[in-house]
Amino acid sequence: MNPFKVTTNARKKKDFLGAAFFALLTYLILACALFIFANITMKGLPVLMPVFSEKGGEVLNTDFLTRMPETLVEYTDGKGVKHSMPTTDFTEYIKENPDAIVENKKANAYSGGGIAGPLVGTALLVLVCMVAALIVGIAAAVYLNEYAKQGRFVSMIRLAIMNLAGVPSIVFGLFGFAFFCLFPLLPVFTTAPNAERSIFAIPFAEWIPFFGGGFLSFQGWGNSLIAGGLTLAVMVLPVIIAACEESLKAIPKGFREASLALGATKWQCIRTAVLPYATPGILTASVLGVTRVAGETAPIMFTAAVALKGKLPWDAASGDGVYWISDLLTDSVQAMPYHIYTVAARIPRTDATAAMQDGSVFVFMLMVMLFASLSIYLRIHFRKKLKW
Amino acid sequence: MVTTTSRPTATAEIATDTDPMNQPADTADKNREPARSHVSNNPNPVAKEEAMIEVDDVSFSYDMGKTNILRNISFNIPAGKVTALIGPSGCGKSTLLRCLNRMNDLVDTSKVTNGQIRIMGQDINAGDVDPIELRKQVGMVFQKYNPFPKSIYDNVAYGLRIQGIKNKSKLDEAVEKSLQRAALWSEVKDRLNSSALGLSGGQQQRLCIARTIAVSPRIVLMDEPCSALDPIATARIEELIAELQEEFTIVIVTHNMQQATRVSDRTAFFYLGELIEYDDTTTIFGNPSVTQTEDYVSGRFG
Repeated sequence: MNPFKVTTNARKKKDFLGAAFFALLTYLILACALFIFANITMKGLPVLMPVFSEKGGEVLNTDFLTRMPETLVEYTDGKGVKHSMPTTDFTEYIKENPDAIVENKKANAYSGGGIAGPLVGTALLVLVCMVAALIVGIAAAVYLNEYAKQGRFVSMIRLAIMNLAGVPSIVFGLFGFAFFCLFPLLPVFTTAPNAERSIFAIPFAEWIPFFGGGFLSFQGWGNSLIAGGLTLAVMVLPVIIAACEESLKAIPKGFREASLALGATKWQCIRTAVLPYATPGILTASVLGVTRVAGETAPIMFTAAVALKGKLPWDAASGDGVYWISDLLTDSVQAMPYHIYTVAARIPRTDATAAMQDGSVFVFMLMVMLFASLSIYLRIHFRKKLKW
Repeated sequence: MVTTTSRPTATAEIATDTDPMNQPADTADKNREPARSHVSNNPNPVAKEEAMIEVDDVSFSYDMGKTNILRNISFNIPAGKVTALIGPSGCGKSTLLRCLNRMNDLVDTSKVTNGQIRIMGQDINAGDVDPIELRKQVGMVFQKYNPFPKSIYDNVAYGLRIQGIKNKSKLDEAVEKSLQRAALWSEVKDRLNSSALGLSGGQQQRLCIARTIAVSPRIVLMDEPCSALDPIATARIEELIAELQEEFTIVIVTHNMQQATRVSDRTAFFYLGELIEYDDTTTIFGNPSVTQTEDYVSGRFG
């Protein structure tokens, strides 16, 4: 006689149904994710790597990665064959073949050329954002976690920082616009102050190294790389501060005590016995956080991004040394999220324009994945190296 | 009439007695010499001239004085000897140890509510005492060995480096000397640049001792230094303590009473935040004058 014999099947059935329900929902999410990735890859991969397209072609479409976006010209030639090419190529072609028959000419803005401008712009925005957010974020976390007396006031600061994470991105965009773009007192190093906007300018004598011959002009930043980068930085700050605090808390108390007991000052203790061991955690989490804001459109559409630019940022910047850097930082840039928004929302989808739309999304997805992988790599690398 | 006038005076007296803030420090000193409350528990006191550390009627609180973890502790710790602090968990012996190098400063709400701790004659809680300078003279070895996840060399050189010493040959010399004094040199001299975390537990604790003595303190505080180690590693640390006492004044907190008998010259027995008895180790374990001490050291309680 089996004392543990199954007596009722109803219980078993219920159990099975419950498990199946949860499993179903879980796999639904997986299906959604897979569908999105597969769809983007199927459409975008042939643009980046024409070898995978139906027609076949080169392994890597370097033009797509190295050319600036421009207008795409569509036309039908004398034999009734449809062509499409970027404006510059079209102009060249007409110059070389003045007799060519061009019919049904149609121009599609932003859809020709490549995405070099937005790629570089996003990379620069991420760089500025990362630098600013890390400096402010680490400083704030160190203060809150190591220096500040834990009490109601510090709890309130923490709460305020956490609330920052809940602010809609469009609000950050408007805040950035008001604070970083319109605020007229933000200084710019320039050789020629803007007569209309400059409130006052401090000239530097010729003999001063690095700065000689120019002005420190208080004329505001306008739509610029630095305004966009800083807006993104403010947005990612809550994530970075939380991550830093977690990393600092994870440092064993023994390190701090050992350091202090050897006669270290508080700052020496933090610098030599706390921060070095918290860095991996801080970096990993920060890269992940920055990856998220790199994809944001709303904060940069008011503060930094423009749809069309003739040159890459470093080619467009003028001046030398400090003035070149200042010019680079205070010039507007193209950015991937805004570029995708532009080509998706403002351009009708035709066979000719689809390549730019699909290709941009695919490359941007790759870019974000690359950042995320970097973060994972950092975590694994440091975890192996630093253990206690 | 008489009763109503006398009452406020009585309460005022009590207030000044327990609250050092209301009393000028030097008059308080004169009033308390010799220490009153535990005279009977301190039958064989260390003379002031021999004392490295004077603990004088000290009360200590972790919550701004609401409850005292230590109550009116008075005893002198002799220079160049090993003094053991024993007692059951929570009796305040580690707290007292951490008062001696002001590690309790790390707790925002901690406070010495009464009395004075004098090291080399100086009140260490006085306003013009820099805890950084104090800790250079009063080193500490912790219960859980805590080397930094750096190389062995960098661990020992840490204290000197934060004092701004960069000279390579000076550091080399100090590292070698400290490791030798910590009886670790022969075991690690070929791998000074490998991680300290690759060492065994006992070696790591000796490395921590080397790190502590590298900055040449006068006093070394040890907070249950062997509690995480096996008997063989413990024996090596105890040998080391015996050697180090020639150079340093050592105060050791221990749960292990046999250890106290093996390593210490003097023993202080604490119970519930009070010093019950303080005497030569042989007396404490052989012929204690307080019953509580006898009960504890003979294993009848605790």
